[in-house]
Amino acid sequence: MIEVSHLRKTFRVAKRNAGFSQALKALFHREYEEIHALDGVSFSIGEGEMVGYIGPNGAGKSSTIKVLSGILTPDSGECLVDGQVPWKDRVNHVRQIGVVFGQRSQLWWDVPVIDSFELLKEIYAVPEDLYRKNLSELTELLNLSELLRTPTRQLSLGQRMRCEMAASLLHSPRILFLDEPTIGLDAVSKLAVRDFIKQLNREHKTTVILTTHDMQDIEALASRVLLIGKGRILLDGTLEDIRLASSGDGGKNIDETLAQLYKQYEI
Amino acid sequence: MKKYLSFFRLRFSMGLQYRVAAFAGLVTQFAWGGMLILAYRAFYRADPNAFPMTFQATATYVWLQQAFLMLFQPWGFEYDILEAISSGSVAYELCRPVSVYNMWFARTVATRASATFLRCWPVLILGALLPAPYGISAPSCVQQLLWALLSGILGMLVSSAICMLVYFSTFYTVNSTGVRTISACLTDFLQGSVIPLPFMPDGIRQVLELLPFAATLNAPLRIYSGDIAGITLIRTVVLQFFWLGVLVAAGKLLERNAMKKTVIQGG
Repeated sequence: MIEVSHLRKTFRVAKRNAGFSQALKALFHREYEEIHALDGVSFSIGEGEMVGYIGPNGAGKSSTIKVLSGILTPDSGECLVDGQVPWKDRVNHVRQIGVVFGQRSQLWWDVPVIDSFELLKEIYAVPEDLYRKNLSELTELLNLSELLRTPTRQLSLGQRMRCEMAASLLHSPRILFLDEPTIGLDAVSKLAVRDFIKQLNREHKTTVILTTHDMQDIEALASRVLLIGKGRILLDGTLEDIRLASSGDGGKNIDETLAQLYKQYEI
Repeated sequence: MKKYLSFFRLRFSMGLQYRVAAFAGLVTQFAWGGMLILAYRAFYRADPNAFPMTFQATATYVWLQQAFLMLFQPWGFEYDILEAISSGSVAYELCRPVSVYNMWFARTVATRASATFLRCWPVLILGALLPAPYGISAPSCVQQLLWALLSGILGMLVSSAICMLVYFSTFYTVNSTGVRTISACLTDFLQGSVIPLPFMPDGIRQVLELLPFAATLNAPLRIYSGDIAGITLIRTVVLQFFWLGVLVAAGKLLERNAMKKTVIQGG
């Protein structure tokens, strides 16, 4: 379903020291540092798999998701999602995928949620009966019936996130990318979102790739974990493999185990 | 086409939501229009022969300008789009299976058209009821009215195409304030919003009439009042088509380039 090999992406970041004289210097001469966000990333994911993509901040998780969803063109490397190169034919590619960026919103701020849904229906050209079916299913699973008629700006974060999920699934995508879907959510909302993702994967065989810093998300959802650091894939296995790879004693909780592992890999 | 029309539906319902804003806007337009007409009256009293348009034609110009303010206004950017580009929420826009240019063009046109449709009637009706020479004069024939309508639609499209250049420039500048302000101020003056173009000194006027800015507000209003007629009318409308083509082509070029190099910053 997803084949990625030797993906590379380098960003140039302007750097300077503190102070006025340095600022003045930077006016004429900029120093750039090259950041290798992706430094030869390769993996493959089969249909219907649910994969957790973890790593410290700045490891390259979001960059990978952006490449896979066709909005970032890598410097080199190959990538096939469902037989297509994402950045070559963006418009056709994005029809097959759904994306949730946990820190951004795709709903129109001022109008009731349902208006945003109707607009997405038109943009994706979802047939009326499929839309009705998906909407009623999502409304039931995510408990949206009370929220649909509320303007987005008046929703709480947890409520909004449930609506964002639904918005990304109205066109029945075969692949779902979730970029930190549980960030900032309370316990109840987190559980609701997790249950929903599990059910979606089980019933529709949707391939799910999920980035998160919340290891409980991974414990609850992902049978397979990809660990990325400094732009490279460092580990590809189960949660158990992560526990084994960490040199610390086994009694610690998963967060400590992971922190130990980050230290070991010096990432 | 249907997906683009759905932006109109959404915009209409949003426009209807802000009743106080619409009312305040109307009051401003009446006050501003009235003030301009009084100022012009003082000038015309000094020497009516010194002006290129009759007082009646100038009054008509002022009221039509107020009625269709939203249609051609140089400040009529979609601030959501600018904000989305700066903040990175544009990631979602890029995940939609439509051309970004077409989608944003439709949004801009929808905002302009729906706002105008909701607001123009009171000014038009009151303007028509005002006694001559202070009100809107009737067009001399139906043909003239139809030409003005065609030219008005073209003018709105040209205005929107200018906005599109500003949106895509934001992909390069990150903050849109500079380009936006320059574009709006230039357009404001050069399209004949501050003073009608016939009032400009000879030599400068002929050049300004060839620029794309004159293809927005200037053309339809002067066609309506009969100031532009005959062979000049044909030339003006052809020029509008020409600028629309050039601006859309330039915007699409900018879009293609921006899509290739876009980096959505942040996690």
